[in-house]
Amino acid sequence: MSGMGFSVRRLGGLVYKESLQVLRDPSAILVTFALPTVLMLVFAFALSLDQRNVPIGVVLESDGADAHELAAAFSGTRFFEVTPARDRREVAELVVSGKLKGFVVIPQDFDERLKEASRGSLVQVITDGSQPNTASFVGTYASGVVATWVAHRDGARAPAISLEPRFWFNPELNSRHFLIPGAIAIIMTLIGTLLTAMVVAREWERGTMEAVMSTPATVLEILLGKLVPYFGLGLIATFGCAMLATHAFGVPMRGSYFALFILSSAFLVPSLGQGLLISASSHSQLVASQLAAQTGFLPAFMLSGFLFEIGNMPGWLQTLTYLIPARYFVASLQTVFLTGDVWAQFIPNILAMLAVGAGFFLLVARNTHKSMDT
Amino acid sequence: MRLAAQIIKEMLVNIFDEQTRLSFIGPPLLQLCLLSYAATMEVRNVDIAVFNEDAGRASHELVERIGAASFVGDVVAVDRAETISRLVDHRDVLVGIHIAADFSRDVAAGRPASVQVLIDGRRGNSGQIALSYLQNIAKDYGAELSGSGSGGMPQTEIRNWFNENLIYLWFVIPGMAGILVMFTTLVVTALSIAKEREQGTFDQLLVSPSSPMEIVIAKSMPAFVIAIGQAALMITVGALVFDIPLAGSIPLLFLAVVLFGFSLVGIGLMLSAICETQQQAILSVFAVGYPMIMISGFATPVENMPDWLQTIAEGSPLKHFLVIIQGSFTKAMPPLEIFANAWPMVVIGIITLSLAMVIVKRKLQ
Repeated sequence: MSGMGFSVRRLGGLVYKESLQVLRDPSAILVTFALPTVLMLVFAFALSLDQRNVPIGVVLESDGADAHELAAAFSGTRFFEVTPARDRREVAELVVSGKLKGFVVIPQDFDERLKEASRGSLVQVITDGSQPNTASFVGTYASGVVATWVAHRDGARAPAISLEPRFWFNPELNSRHFLIPGAIAIIMTLIGTLLTAMVVAREWERGTMEAVMSTPATVLEILLGKLVPYFGLGLIATFGCAMLATHAFGVPMRGSYFALFILSSAFLVPSLGQGLLISASSHSQLVASQLAAQTGFLPAFMLSGFLFEIGNMPGWLQTLTYLIPARYFVASLQTVFLTGDVWAQFIPNILAMLAVGAGFFLLVARNTHKSMDT
Repeated sequence: MRLAAQIIKEMLVNIFDEQTRLSFIGPPLLQLCLLSYAATMEVRNVDIAVFNEDAGRASHELVERIGAASFVGDVVAVDRAETISRLVDHRDVLVGIHIAADFSRDVAAGRPASVQVLIDGRRGNSGQIALSYLQNIAKDYGAELSGSGSGGMPQTEIRNWFNENLIYLWFVIPGMAGILVMFTTLVVTALSIAKEREQGTFDQLLVSPSSPMEIVIAKSMPAFVIAIGQAALMITVGALVFDIPLAGSIPLLFLAVVLFGFSLVGIGLMLSAICETQQQAILSVFAVGYPMIMISGFATPVENMPDWLQTIAEGSPLKHFLVIIQGSFTKAMPPLEIFANAWPMVVIGIITLSLAMVIVKRKLQ
């Protein structure tokens, strides 16, 4: 392969050829439009951190008026859906079978305990620890119900110190408002990485890659030619997701579409690069798709901070998240939608995404040369 | 006899290929061990910005107590309210605390003193939890100051059954195992028929004496074996490496694994029969698989979903399998409850396999 050097004209021809190929491939169109739409709908409806009506049991062992009042307080809150019981054995079984997430015991000597603080805690709360998240919710909110009820009964004296919380950017604390922008990043990871990995692996598998390689076009031109159409599709898909988020799910758009465009473009660089790297290192669609799922979607889902806060992870895992491009994209998207254009946050994130992308492309360049030599 | 030969052939092709086989063991195990540590909703290392305009002792004591709390990472002292908004805007801190100049005076005079707390709503979940911790600190300190201390005796005694310390890994590992097994199985089965068709070897099957039933059974065997093997491996790792108590019945759990594998193979083969190319087959796996994760109850509870989506979730084998595997680790879910989640998987498997068979038959003719 002599007389190489980069030719814009040849690249243009390749981009044109690949674009035609993409447009003729119904699955590419399906991936760009149908899959993101379906996934957006599923993410938006299925993922919610707003717990309410958690099923619990309330065991009323005491017949006192105060005990009845406290039980009524549990029934009255929208956080719980109460199954009343007289004996803790009735509800204990339901916790084991998973029908109830826990239960509250108002003991026989509740009235005496209420009079003398020294007799121990007022009520006992049992939670189903097999679901730790729900368990801590039940524990926290059950304590809250008791505390509020006691304070009210004691004649609600204002606490000595009170906190006045204000949630910025999301005052009504709708979890969808921060989950949906994050979901866009996850969906784009899937589409960018998976699509590229599979398309290029298919060419290797069918031997058409070798055919293109034997032309005077350089490796760089061929790969760019493949990527440019997918880059375009990726941008269109992001824009479509953003439209769904704002119009169908009422997520505010406080930043600019220009910022969204820049961020998405920066994100597509590592995303497509990763796909290319996967296909270059395994020339089979089966292995490529497995790798794309394992290194693309799941790490993005788990390690990007989209659902699980990065700061809560063990230190070694936090370090690993710096390699996940979605990490930067999730944080930036949440800001674009909910806060506005905070370039001081975007620019470091964009640079990080480009750096990860550059790393992928360097590895691709090394890998591709090698496979052509052998 | 013909069936046995065909099964052996499928096994040879699928399981004894080095690269393919490794991709079934190494990466999923690595993911199981790596990603599971990420899934925690506990709140730790919260960075807080404090703007304290008050020179009194009470406010300093409050800030000190907050700084000493175990969930707090760094406390950044700032000297302007604008700095708080900038730090929150840039996501440098999750919480900003603004104590006004008259805080200590109010406390000393016995007037209710208030503190402004600004929380980043982009991270609403952690923010809410952090707020509840902060409120406990404020309440305790306030009670001490006003001398009305509740005597240190908590009003509620909380006990977490099955997982006393609420170790998240005990919940996440079984769930991740289900997800990873699902993906491997779906991909392997979905590719099986589609691959033959794309490579033109499906035509050879057409002229062979095999019946559609034999083709479908032979095609499903490798994935079925892989599903059971992978699940068994992951359950063993969960129990032995991660020390998760396996309190439930092991035979019942194994039965659930078999039925889970059966239903997955059914779904995969149905997709494979519908799709013309491998690429379509893989895309269909993702189009079906990712929504199944979302509605499985792994990430957020099924009960939080709208009713119509909960109904759809009943059609996902992953949802049922997660109920069983999470009910078998840490606690011993009663057999009745296990069967209640086992039979839907059988139904899903039968329906999808029959559909696969019908489609193959139609394409054979």
